[in-house]
Amino acid sequence: MGALAFVLIAGVAVGSALGLVLKRNPIHGALFLVVNLGTVAVLYLTLGAQFLAVAQVAVYAGAIMVLFLFAIFVLIPGKEETGPDPRRAYRLLALPVGAALLVLLAVVVAAGARGGTAAPAAPDGVEAIARLLFTDYLFPFEVTSVLLLAAMVGVLLLARRREG
Amino acid sequence: MPPESWYLALSAVLFSIGVVGVIVRRDPLVIFMSIELMLNAANLAFVAFGHRLGSADGQAVVFFVMAVAAAEVAVGLAIIVAIFRLRRRLSVDDLSLMRW
Repeated sequence: MGALAFVLIAGVAVGSALGLVLKRNPIHGALFLVVNLGTVAVLYLTLGAQFLAVAQVAVYAGAIMVLFLFAIFVLIPGKEETGPDPRRAYRLLALPVGAALLVLLAVVVAAGARGGTAAPAAPDGVEAIARLLFTDYLFPFEVTSVLLLAAMVGVLLLARRREG
Repeated sequence: MPPESWYLALSAVLFSIGVVGVIVRRDPLVIFMSIELMLNAANLAFVAFGHRLGSADGQAVVFFVMAVAAAEVAVGLAIIVAIFRLRRRLSVDDLSLMRW
């Protein structure tokens, strides 16, 4: 039952990732990426990471993808990636490179899957990560707020129209 | 409940698709979205490893990755918009000024 659900979700995830890479229209790609982020959120739920699943939907599928869609609408690159490709030979290398990377990762995963011990009981749920974030990771957690503030100020500076 | 290695395999597939997307596409926005795909694949691996090890540290790392990704997307999109204002054209092949 769990395995069947995983295979279904993984199929949707891989399909939407392929859609992002293969679709020419970036808006279609962005919507495919939303689907992909949603499936990853579901996978987080099956791994007992409820907080991350909610954060994934709110931060990634919500905030980040809305930002992407706004940028796409502002830039209107509807006619992008048409015409002859000046670097076609290089891009044809992408498939063998990607396939080689996939084989490499598959070997590592397979090697890890063989020699494993039984998992200890996982501390699931929001409590475990909340305790970690506010004890062991308290300083990085606070630094995150400074990072986000710096990013916000930087974006305002970059996006401002130069007067005069 | 499938074993964690299945999650790692899915993560590897998604990461590889993201790499191909970064190499193949010419639109910087799509390249950016492919990078997000790769980040998500790494996040999935983190959570799977954390689940396997029975600790929530993997989830904490993913939380920080999400925060950094949010900042990165905001700054990156602002840079892309600024470049578009200067050049009116959006293809990474045109941006070769800093190439040696």
